[in-house]
Amino acid sequence: MSQDSNSIPAIRADRLCLTFDSNDGPVHALKDVDLTIEKGDFVSFIGPSGCGKTTLLRVIADLEHPTGGAISVNGKTPEEARLAGAYGYVFQAPALLAWRTIERNIGLPLEIMGISRAEQAERVKRTLELVGLDGFGRKFPWQLSGGMQQRASIARALAFDAELLLMDEPFGALDEIVRDHLNEQLLQLWKKTGKTICFVTHSIPEAVYLSTRIVVMSPRPGRVTDIIESDLPAERPLDIRESKRFLEIAQRVRNGLREGHSYD
Amino acid sequence: MTGMVNRVAPIAVVVAAIMIIWYGFTVHLNAPWQIDRYEKAGTEWQMRDLVRDTMAQERPVLPAPHQIVAEIWKTTVKKKITSKRSLIYHGSVTLSSTLLGFAMGTILGIGLAVSIVENRAMDKSLMPWIITSQTIPILAIAPMIIVVLNAVGLSGLVPKAMISTYLSFFPVVVGMVKGLRSPDPMLMDLMRTYRSSRLQTFWKLRLPASVPFLFASMKVAIAISLVGAIVGELPTGAVAGLGARLLAGSYYGQTIQIWSALISAACMAAILVGVVGVISHLTLRRMGLRA
Repeated sequence: MSQDSNSIPAIRADRLCLTFDSNDGPVHALKDVDLTIEKGDFVSFIGPSGCGKTTLLRVIADLEHPTGGAISVNGKTPEEARLAGAYGYVFQAPALLAWRTIERNIGLPLEIMGISRAEQAERVKRTLELVGLDGFGRKFPWQLSGGMQQRASIARALAFDAELLLMDEPFGALDEIVRDHLNEQLLQLWKKTGKTICFVTHSIPEAVYLSTRIVVMSPRPGRVTDIIESDLPAERPLDIRESKRFLEIAQRVRNGLREGHSYD
Repeated sequence: MTGMVNRVAPIAVVVAAIMIIWYGFTVHLNAPWQIDRYEKAGTEWQMRDLVRDTMAQERPVLPAPHQIVAEIWKTTVKKKITSKRSLIYHGSVTLSSTLLGFAMGTILGIGLAVSIVENRAMDKSLMPWIITSQTIPILAIAPMIIVVLNAVGLSGLVPKAMISTYLSFFPVVVGMVKGLRSPDPMLMDLMRTYRSSRLQTFWKLRLPASVPFLFASMKVAIAISLVGAIVGELPTGAVAGLGARLLAGSYYGQTIQIWSALISAACMAAILVGVVGVISHLTLRRMGLRA
């Protein structure tokens, strides 16, 4: 049984299409996307705005509905996966409720899912430690820095033990120093928990530093132009970004982006 | 200390300016009657006499501020509360219907806002009527409310409070609808990823998010509740309340009485808005919404 469920990919998309109707005619946000993400992968989606990377993440999360093709999450439909609590979603902004303390923000999904109070407290404590926010549980969001708020929102996504973590440019609004720090922490967290992570970004160094696989996308219509397997070692200090191999992979990502995109 | 001065000084300057203009108009507006009187009595008069006498008339066109203050002092501190001439007695009558009307208006407003936000049909059908209700002048509709309610056996406090309700529910509906809809789409998506039910989303997201909006609306609502209560006292021939004092004053040309009732009503409104403000501040701070 366990072997069986392990062989099911975390995400499988097959000729996935999503077309929005707009006043200027149909917009092909996603066109014929084929993609398989195995359990335990750290996959980055990179591309210019309008390439459908966020839309793809939202389709996986059952926040948008595809207009063609097929997609499965843990072998189920996105809706079934959502109802089963299969993933935690981290947005661009921390999206914390201002009137709840950090503790109670992290406890929010647990409350909604009807988990007992004792277990809520235990899980909140554990996830706070996991993201390095122990001692800040009683603070309100505004009392924390932007980076800490985003860590709290990651803790919230981890609190209900979903196997899959969907992250939509979570560090996009943060300054580079904080961003480096959080990238390092996220990598450690991924190693510690063995979760599958889908990470949307438009930073090439961030994508290369974090990922086991990088999905390069291009706009109009939104499609996958290249999938790059990274063979960087599992142990990645920040200065790996100056290594030859790192720069080679980054160059390939850059080329992929250039091919798919006309800069006019 | 300087902070105090900085805050008080501008207000003091404005008050002083208003007082000077007021006294000027007092003399100017009351002078014709006074001069007429001098001439009829054949008394010699000088400017000094005119200024003094225009500020001491019994039924002036415009009473001087100190006359109003004296009248308020006389009818509050110096009168027994049970006296029919006590402003405190009249004020408390108006206050009770203000508070009842405000409470009913707030509850009605919240109820309507919730049904508008949670039900698309209600949104389409109710909102135009709610807006229309406020385009009808309250002075036109107040007597009818009183008469109709009287016919079904309701008199006294409730009909007056209904007029306050009629006025005060409106800002609460508008503010509360805005508040319930204020959560960012991102937060709505977040709740969806937790497979949150409509009810859970309401209690855990929409309702707490609406609290600051509710308090802002309640500040407006309580002030117009007072207006509603006073207006409600006008057509009923009520014998008690600030509205009744205004009406009686105008029947008998008691301008000082009118002005003192007016000033008392204004002070009461300021205090009521202030009280709601303090409750709002404390609640929001408890919710962690403000430093």
